[in-house]
Amino acid sequence: MINSSLKQLGDMLQAKKISSVELTQSFLSRITQYNPSINAYITLDHSKTLAQAAAADARIAAGNAAPLTGIPIAQKDIFCAKGWRTTCGSKMLANFIAPYDAHVITQFDQAGAVNLGKTNMDEFAMGSSNETSYFGGVKNPWDFNRVPGGSSGGSAAAVAARLCAAATGTDTGGSIRQPASLCGLTGLKPTYGVASRFGMIAFASSLDQAGPMAKSAEDCALMMNVMAGFDERDSTSLNRESEDYTRELNQPTSARPLAGLKIGLPKEFFAAGLDGGVASVIEAAIAQYKQLGALIVDISLPNTGLSIPVYYVLAPAEASSNLSRYDGVRYGHRAAEYSDLNDMYCKSRAEGFGAEVKRRILIGTYVLSAGYYDAYYLKAQQIRRLIAQDFVEAFKHCDVIMGPAAPSTAFKAGEKVDDPVTMYLQDIYTISTNLAGLPGMSLPAGFAASDDGKALPVGLQIIGNYFDEARMLNIAHQYQQVTDWHTRMPDLNLV
Amino acid sequence: MEWEVVIGLETHTQLQTNTKIFSGAPIKYGAEPNTQACEVSLALPGVLPVLNKQAVHCAIKFGLAINADIAPRSIFARKNYFYPDLPKGYQISQFELPVVGKGAVTIQVPAVGNKPGYSKIINITRAHLEEDAGKSVHGAVSGMSGIDLNRAGTPLLEIVTEPDMRSAAEAVAYAKQLHELVQWIDICDGNMQEGSFRCDVNVSVRQKGTEKLGTRREIKNLNSFKFMQQAIEYETRWQIETLEDGGSIHQATVLFNPDTGETRAMRSKEEANDYRYFPDPDLLPLVITEDDKARVRADMPELPEAMKARFEAEYALSSYDTSALTSSRALAAYFVAVTNAGADAKQAANWVTGNVTAKLNLEDKTIDEVAVTAAALAQLLQRISDGTISNNAAKEVFEAMWAGEGSADEIIATKGLKQMSDSGAVEAIIDTVLAANTAMVDEYKAGKEKAFNALVGQIMKASKGKANPAQVNDLLKKKLTA
Repeated sequence: MINSSLKQLGDMLQAKKISSVELTQSFLSRITQYNPSINAYITLDHSKTLAQAAAADARIAAGNAAPLTGIPIAQKDIFCAKGWRTTCGSKMLANFIAPYDAHVITQFDQAGAVNLGKTNMDEFAMGSSNETSYFGGVKNPWDFNRVPGGSSGGSAAAVAARLCAAATGTDTGGSIRQPASLCGLTGLKPTYGVASRFGMIAFASSLDQAGPMAKSAEDCALMMNVMAGFDERDSTSLNRESEDYTRELNQPTSARPLAGLKIGLPKEFFAAGLDGGVASVIEAAIAQYKQLGALIVDISLPNTGLSIPVYYVLAPAEASSNLSRYDGVRYGHRAAEYSDLNDMYCKSRAEGFGAEVKRRILIGTYVLSAGYYDAYYLKAQQIRRLIAQDFVEAFKHCDVIMGPAAPSTAFKAGEKVDDPVTMYLQDIYTISTNLAGLPGMSLPAGFAASDDGKALPVGLQIIGNYFDEARMLNIAHQYQQVTDWHTRMPDLNLV
Repeated sequence: MEWEVVIGLETHTQLQTNTKIFSGAPIKYGAEPNTQACEVSLALPGVLPVLNKQAVHCAIKFGLAINADIAPRSIFARKNYFYPDLPKGYQISQFELPVVGKGAVTIQVPAVGNKPGYSKIINITRAHLEEDAGKSVHGAVSGMSGIDLNRAGTPLLEIVTEPDMRSAAEAVAYAKQLHELVQWIDICDGNMQEGSFRCDVNVSVRQKGTEKLGTRREIKNLNSFKFMQQAIEYETRWQIETLEDGGSIHQATVLFNPDTGETRAMRSKEEANDYRYFPDPDLLPLVITEDDKARVRADMPELPEAMKARFEAEYALSSYDTSALTSSRALAAYFVAVTNAGADAKQAANWVTGNVTAKLNLEDKTIDEVAVTAAALAQLLQRISDGTISNNAAKEVFEAMWAGEGSADEIIATKGLKQMSDSGAVEAIIDTVLAANTAMVDEYKAGKEKAFNALVGQIMKASKGKANPAQVNDLLKKKLTA
């Protein structure tokens, strides 16, 4: 049952083969058993969760269930959920009980889904290993010595370890796709503006986007049907007609269901820096796509190399401003003792924020300062447009772009934590899509052996054109009809 | 050497909207602290701003009213600084691309002593939309400061002039004109005590004839025109004295103390923040189309300049009269109502800008609180025109009407102020006076013109002021030449 798809769970619930309370309880007992070692969840609240499950059962009994009614979903602790502690992985918000719901939370509530708990994450979503969390690192369920990736590491680990049916994540520079790759799951970052950011604690507003993290493309499509949609409370939310993200998922009627699909392979995604084992897995996945009928086109995204420097100007700039509200005045951490107002600000923020958050606030403050703004922020905005233009050019020659989601498999905890620049390279293949606002996803494509002999998951990244999520999901879905990588799960008793 | 003062104004006008500029929170002045603050006003984690269209409507209205360029695309920017009453740690404002660009306001500077009044064009540099901050409350809780975020997020239009003013009188005339205009077009209630209209004044001095601007000091938050006048005059004197004593002026923000009449530096600009402005990624560029402008234009009242021109043409009034009549929309409406009720336009203009305005000023009231309705005043003016009462008697009647003693006709009747229109009765009085003053009659006949006026005076006195002076003149002339 823990390995069932969302559709299977929905069918079982609606056929009353199982109740939501039973299903929820089975996940909660798995969490009780495994979470102490994995640390995927920051906050659990059994009574709230079970009350939602009971309400879902009543709704199912009343015959007006929606596809996700009664299904337990883990929520990244970046989404404000009324009455739930919402920490964003930070000491700053360690005691913050959200008094309102994020749009995404409201959508899940209206769908009748059950909030299973709030998942661990890098502090304020800043990190690629989940090691910056104030609530401790998260173990990769495939190897407890390794990181799950980040920033949505808790959600990734929870899905991989089957500690939830599916989870939400957010992706500012790769925070859904890189952990999905490192934990062997399917994750989608939608086009910027598809999912409302209202109530999602801001890191870098022009890049942040919420999306699903689940076992399969089909599960992601069902999650997208809940998460996507216009919200007038987010000015950057796109006012489009709502769409059914499952509409293109079909059972293959031939051996070549993707005949004619043009897949672009950017040479920059296969250059130095890519782990050999990862490269082999990606090549095998591409070969599989050829068998499904796809055509391979060599393309170039010439400004890929600039994406990390541009990102590390723009994202910290926005973050430095977004995080100014955590000043100890109205809520959040306030130093116990201080001499005056300025001292209160300094001490509260010095104590409340971790090293990576401080590093980015400092970078962001610097690049926005008088005299530096033009050279850094403005220049970065110009290059951001060039990067977006690279994709416009590329999509003239192909339908989707494929490549690795991350340059390596999961690395060991502590390995990169003192070397931020190496850590930042984890997002080399994902950041450019955030800068361009494009949708991107990662799906399990196989395993690569680590130097200590562990088989670790590898994710294939698919980048689509704006609003091509439904098509991308089907492209992933077709692959998942002929492969079983996405059904593999780690044996938690062996790791 | 001769000094010249150079003044520019930055005015924060609070826009009359139902809700805040970036949220649906209500705006009620004087409400219990933090009751007008939603999650956006409190800057809770995860909240986002959504622009209030009503505020944009107000900004366009102002732009049209001063014939300014209205930006087809303007940008909201974040002004970053830490302060307890600024919940997000940044203020959403506009920086590089404001919604309203260059425009102009024509001011009337009143005459002072024998220096005649004049009009002058004051150029507006820009006007931009921004949100207000909250308030720090000191002393409510002992040993602590409180924060009231009711005002946080209130929509403001900051209107910035070029340094075009050369005296406190010009600055005050501009501020009054602007104050009237924003009320005229219904974008601001103009309440200075509640902070709906706040002026910051930049003052510098230089030697007359030089081009280069002196170092300016900014006088903050002046909440009355009287204080503005005093503050500028004091600041100007202080700067001139400082320079003449060999000192120098440092850029600073100063506060005016109404008790001492002095300005004092609050903080020097060197300590000022680097605001790290950058475009707010939570808000899209504000796009204003020709259609948007057309819609606002359709909703615009007739502007003072247009109304002034129309009054001059329609009622054959002087420029002086029409300026005074269009000093407020309500006053103009009152004047129109008086004429529509049948009063002569010139007479109505004289009374509205004269007796009525004087009375309002005396009682510190606005035209909305006028005690004599337009129809009632029109009736009074008709009684002057038709000769029922004299101008002098009319003033007495007006006072009584203001005091609520009744209509013009009622008061004329009770006070017995009706002029004698019966020529027989007047002739009888004239005959009596002439018989009693034969000496004067002889003097007049001998060529002494003065004697005529003396006789008129005697006749008026005998009639107890009820005789119509014009009629007395006519009849007396006839009798003396007969």
